[in-house]
Amino acid sequence: MNTPLATRAPAVLVLEDGRTFTGRAYGHRGETVGEAVFCTAMTGYQETLTDPSYHRQVVVMTSPHVGNTGWNDEDDESSRIWVSGYVVRDPAIRPSNWRSQRTLEDELDSQGVVGICDIDTRALTRHLRERGAMRVGIFSGEAARMPSAHLVERVTSAPLMKGAALAQEVSTDETYVVPAVGEKRFTVAAVDLGIKAMTPQLMSEHGIEVHVVPADASFSDITSIEGLDGVFFSNGPGDPATADHEVGVLREVLAAGIPFFGICFGNQLLGRALGFGTYKLKYGHRGINQPVMDRTTGKVEVTAHNHGFAVDAPLDKDTDTEFGTARVSHVCLNDDVVEGLELRSDAGELTAFSVQYHPEAAAGPHDAAYLFDRFVTLLENNQKVGA
Amino acid sequence: MPKRDDIKSVLVIGSGPIVIGQACEFDYSGTQACRVLREEGVRVILVNSNPATIMTDPEFADATYIEPITPEVVEKIIEKERPDAVLATLGGQTALNCAIALHDNGVLEKYNAPLIGANVEAIQLGEDRQLFKGVVERCGAESARSVICHTMDEVLAGADELGYPVVVRPSFTMGGLGSGFAHDEAELRRMAGAGLQASPTTEVLLEESILGWKEYELEVMRDHADNVVVVCSIENLDPMGVHTGDSITVAPALTLTDREYQRLRDVGIAIIREVGVDTGGCNIQFAINPRDGRIIVIEMNPRVSRSSALASKATGFPIAKIAAKMAIGYTLDEVPNDITQETPASFEPSLDYVVVKVPRFAFEKFPAADDTLTTTMKSVGEAMSIGRNFAEAMQKALRSIERKESSFHWRGQTPTRDEALELLRVAARPTDGRIITVQQAMRGGATVEETHAATGIDPWFLDQIELINDIAHEVGESPELTPDLLRLAKRHGFSDAQLSELRGMPESVVRGVRHALGVRPVFKTVDTCAAEFAARTPYHYSSYDEENEVAPREREAVIILGSGPNRIGQGVEFDYSCVHASFALRDAGYDTIMVNCNPETVSTDYDTSSRLYFEPLTLEDVLEVYHAEKQAGPIAGVIVQLGGQTPLGLARALKEAGVPIVGTSPEAIDLAEDRGAFGRVLAEAKLPAPKHGTAYSAAEALAVAQDIGYPVLVRPSYVLGGRGMEIVYDDDTLVTYVERATHASPEHPVLVDRFLDDAIEIDVDVLYDGTEMYLGGVMEHIEEAGIHSGDSACALPPATLGNAEIELVRESARKLAEGIGVVGLMNVQFALAQDILYVLEANPRASRTVPFVAKATGVALANAASRIMLGATIAQLREEGVLPPSGDGGTLPPHAPISVKEAVLPFHRFRTTDGTMVDSLLGPEMRSTGEVMGIDSTFGRAFGKSQLAAYGGLPTTGTVFVSVANRDKRAMLFPVSRLVDLGFTIVATSGTADVLRRNGIPADVIRKITEREGDAEASDARSIGQLVLDGEIAMVINTPTGQSARADGYAIRAAANTADVPLITTVQEFAAAVQAIEALRRGDLTVTSLQEHALALDLMQVAGR
Repeated sequence: MNTPLATRAPAVLVLEDGRTFTGRAYGHRGETVGEAVFCTAMTGYQETLTDPSYHRQVVVMTSPHVGNTGWNDEDDESSRIWVSGYVVRDPAIRPSNWRSQRTLEDELDSQGVVGICDIDTRALTRHLRERGAMRVGIFSGEAARMPSAHLVERVTSAPLMKGAALAQEVSTDETYVVPAVGEKRFTVAAVDLGIKAMTPQLMSEHGIEVHVVPADASFSDITSIEGLDGVFFSNGPGDPATADHEVGVLREVLAAGIPFFGICFGNQLLGRALGFGTYKLKYGHRGINQPVMDRTTGKVEVTAHNHGFAVDAPLDKDTDTEFGTARVSHVCLNDDVVEGLELRSDAGELTAFSVQYHPEAAAGPHDAAYLFDRFVTLLENNQKVGA
Repeated sequence: MPKRDDIKSVLVIGSGPIVIGQACEFDYSGTQACRVLREEGVRVILVNSNPATIMTDPEFADATYIEPITPEVVEKIIEKERPDAVLATLGGQTALNCAIALHDNGVLEKYNAPLIGANVEAIQLGEDRQLFKGVVERCGAESARSVICHTMDEVLAGADELGYPVVVRPSFTMGGLGSGFAHDEAELRRMAGAGLQASPTTEVLLEESILGWKEYELEVMRDHADNVVVVCSIENLDPMGVHTGDSITVAPALTLTDREYQRLRDVGIAIIREVGVDTGGCNIQFAINPRDGRIIVIEMNPRVSRSSALASKATGFPIAKIAAKMAIGYTLDEVPNDITQETPASFEPSLDYVVVKVPRFAFEKFPAADDTLTTTMKSVGEAMSIGRNFAEAMQKALRSIERKESSFHWRGQTPTRDEALELLRVAARPTDGRIITVQQAMRGGATVEETHAATGIDPWFLDQIELINDIAHEVGESPELTPDLLRLAKRHGFSDAQLSELRGMPESVVRGVRHALGVRPVFKTVDTCAAEFAARTPYHYSSYDEENEVAPREREAVIILGSGPNRIGQGVEFDYSCVHASFALRDAGYDTIMVNCNPETVSTDYDTSSRLYFEPLTLEDVLEVYHAEKQAGPIAGVIVQLGGQTPLGLARALKEAGVPIVGTSPEAIDLAEDRGAFGRVLAEAKLPAPKHGTAYSAAEALAVAQDIGYPVLVRPSYVLGGRGMEIVYDDDTLVTYVERATHASPEHPVLVDRFLDDAIEIDVDVLYDGTEMYLGGVMEHIEEAGIHSGDSACALPPATLGNAEIELVRESARKLAEGIGVVGLMNVQFALAQDILYVLEANPRASRTVPFVAKATGVALANAASRIMLGATIAQLREEGVLPPSGDGGTLPPHAPISVKEAVLPFHRFRTTDGTMVDSLLGPEMRSTGEVMGIDSTFGRAFGKSQLAAYGGLPTTGTVFVSVANRDKRAMLFPVSRLVDLGFTIVATSGTADVLRRNGIPADVIRKITEREGDAEASDARSIGQLVLDGEIAMVINTPTGQSARADGYAIRAAANTADVPLITTVQEFAAAVQAIEALRRGDLTVTSLQEHALALDLMQVAGR
């Protein structure tokens, strides 16, 4: 289905504020709605598309050529493509890579992902930057012929991302276990709020047996795992303000003094569990080039981001909580957004930490991989205390 | 961590003359560094022998030394200036090699001036191939299997182990000099022999062949807090086997998955850490096997490079500027990103466009040279372009090269299948223009698979070429050019010229239709962040897309057209003038708008002008920029006279399209170029010119020659750099020239001039405002007329001309400026023969010598010129202090220092197909790539410095070989006898030796290369060629003779080039060299900064004010 631009069916992209881009059909023909967000990564579209955090979002790729390396069976971050729509400027006609098994567009089509191509993606990105993330619809084939007022109505009737509880929609139904690679040193419960495959993989490479549990797991479900050393909350889609169940579980974890590590959505939930608020960013952070400073070492790491919400915590001072002293451990140097939290006991020992970005990368740089070591150290220290 | 407070002064080492492999990208990086350091309050001491650079302008450093970049000279500067640190990572391999020498001989330690950026250990780890292999291994990555060799025996044994073909790489040479593939033992012996010679450490590396693999580069930066970012990934379209400087390259990498890219990134970061580059940028090159993804690390440069200049322009992330900040202590997160101003530099740019770089070659200047592209860099320049997709960027880059044959085309019959396969066989050998051969083969039906198999070019790129061919086919076949089709073609980079060919209608009609349909490009912004943050810097490129980002403006703007890719005859000198115009006009209250496509230059730094358009310099592209800017605000005019022939060639068409040209009018430009019209100007001004005529055919040329007499100088009209110019002595050669060497036609006649033997050539640069003239400087050539002025050494003030002659020159130039109607700059070349001053040519534009004149006299000519073009008068500029209050470059005081400009030639870069050197004779066709300047109190010392800077310097003792043409024998006697007085031993071929002995000068006879062994008279069994190669000759004097002796002369010159022995090919230069040797022997070289010279000269008369 590698059609050159000229012979593709027309398609139209409509934003909730009425701005419209006319382009051509890409991927599956039909219509879709979601929250329009842009991603500035120049590599890793396969990982992006299969990242559950993009559930219900229409992703605009700022990189003009997409699909160049095709699609393989190795790089998926979950069982399926999650984005609700895909916007690219110049789709590859022919993929070229020794690992490629089929084209991106075939994969999009077979998974029913509606996309659009041949639009000014930079203009769309600038629009989203200035006006903020908003709802969007893509209409191709028959759907594109509907009158534009009707299209706008379809878009505005779609649910908003603010207030959306989506973790249950992307989470695993059943607990599964990712065994440790080599000698098993620890057992960790990873609550799947939209987990990416690379996270349990990297943990397992650190000697962790990972029990991936559903989002609706209770504290007792988690603590019933034999030999539990720590708890992990994954990344995932939706508004953290809706995740009352998960926050409740996390407060129990913290109260029990179980070592905790969170990524992305997991960071927002730690923030809420500690009593901080969360808020929606104007247009979010989505890319793999974001500078984050680890305030504990003063070093800058280049990191992968995918978040539309953030934690509202003070940068300039520590906060006393019922679980210990919380402070902002990581900050994005572009805009001072909170990118990590840590919790210390009265003795100053680290008991829980989380980051807003993606140390598991995939896609993205590996600069923050040290956080898995930090988690291992936390587990070790706790084992020693327990022993 | 903020700025270090222990560094109050820094010595910045520049890169010297422009040579192949080391061009004006180091002017760009050095200029940025100097600016940054001065902004930070650091005293900047600069050494660079290249006067054509922006960085050597006195205002960019506190002390600017235009002196040879040799360890001895730089030590003198260090001794005098006592810098706190030395920054050598921004001046290419020249600076790095000099720094290592200064370390090795203890100078840096003695004066407590440590290197900042990269230390010596890091430089050696990065540059020494064996050590670097260890680095790669420690980083958990792979190098190509290889063997280090110091002797030919080791080389042969190594090749047996690795198998042919093997790669030969000499250590510590720049631009991959001497590298290549050896397919058999004969090739290996030749290449490894030359490589051992070229390597300062007599070391070559043999390596397993990874020919045809994918090639990538990463530009990596690190600060002293160990923060590391990858600024840019670059993918070579030409696979492994072609030097990256000669490859078409693309940014960002387009055919890697994230896993593979992150692996490169991890390895790259591990390497910069392991090598220990403390701060700054480095470039790491990788090869990837397209079949299984095996990654091999090829090399790293622990310094900024050509690729980092490209990466800076491609991303908007100024690597050199930030490297300079890192060097004095800042960390990446402390430095703001210039473009967004709100976010820090500690990030990795994201591109929402595609960048393509295409090299420009000069093989036409070296017809004997093998044009196969190898791992030795041969290109002389490059063009970069930016588009919203690969097809658009590729097509824009190809037309930026400014050659008709450089763009994809669909002329003539579509190749048949057989022809297509034949084209693929041709394309298997990488050459200049291979991409066009590929496009033609695919046009003829060669499939992506077949083309990939033949060339190794990644199928993704080939698929894009197929797409371009498909669109061309549709445009050609469609019954009408519909708006949709037009848009589709423009979106894929088709020019109006290409569409005009496809549709069989004039380009202007295509443009008219396009404009009528409203199909125009928009201008996007290079913002480092793919629009994630607002850009504050207007750095634009065109694209056929929806939204235009050009902001409205209120101030009147001047558009300056740059000079495009560097080529022989049009290089950094023109960029110098454009940049100066931009600075001067910004100061005068205008918004300046630069249009250029050369990524190596200062003009394409987004900091230089109010706005930058990175665009091809074609009529279509310039008209679109003009249109966009006219929508944005008022335009005072367009400057075409500073960027060389490229913008000048557009002048008339721009004016016809209604674009206001400021300065000398297009009609006046034509007047100077048109022989007949120019003749009338000369006649009216009563100025003599050599007899001449214009011929449209061989027969006419013969008639002209008969009339004016031989020898004649012949050339095509409208050329720069003496392209195709020759001195012809007889009818047969003349006919051959006209019929073969050129394509004489009604549009392109051949100019035939009487050639003046034994004349002194004089060059002047003047400013003219319509009534008054300012004589910038008078340059006396050291070589006689007939050697292209760009290749000739010259002295300013003229070493042997008197005041009367200078006044004659002044008056003649004034009459010409008036007669032509110059407003701005003009360059005139005169020949003085038997007391008659002949006008050879006048060019109403900035010349190659403008920066040299500016440096030698301390007056910023280009600044003044740009102001004159916009209406200022010379009187006004004198008052403002842009020009001196009185006097000019023709009235320099007697104590003025003498500046000598010497050309630097690229002969040792080229080999013929059988591996021998190409000849190194000078002629009327320009072949130098760059220049150096020597400045000192006397001619001899200045000339000596120029030779030292150009190639390592003249000998002060030893054996000199002399072999001169008959006509030069009388002129050689005095200088040779001086050499004998100075203690040199003379050897000569028998004819020359006879003449010397008859004049009482002792000389040993030496066998010519073509003479048989056993000559009774010969003092040595070896031929002169062998003696030179054996290092027993300190200097070679060889002036060319007639055809018969040419072969021998060639062999001697080739030997001298191979052994890097000073080679002098004219008697005038010989005489100058002897003067210089005397000066060198008399005393130590001393160093003086331009600022000190200016103070002593006080042309600006600051002392009196």
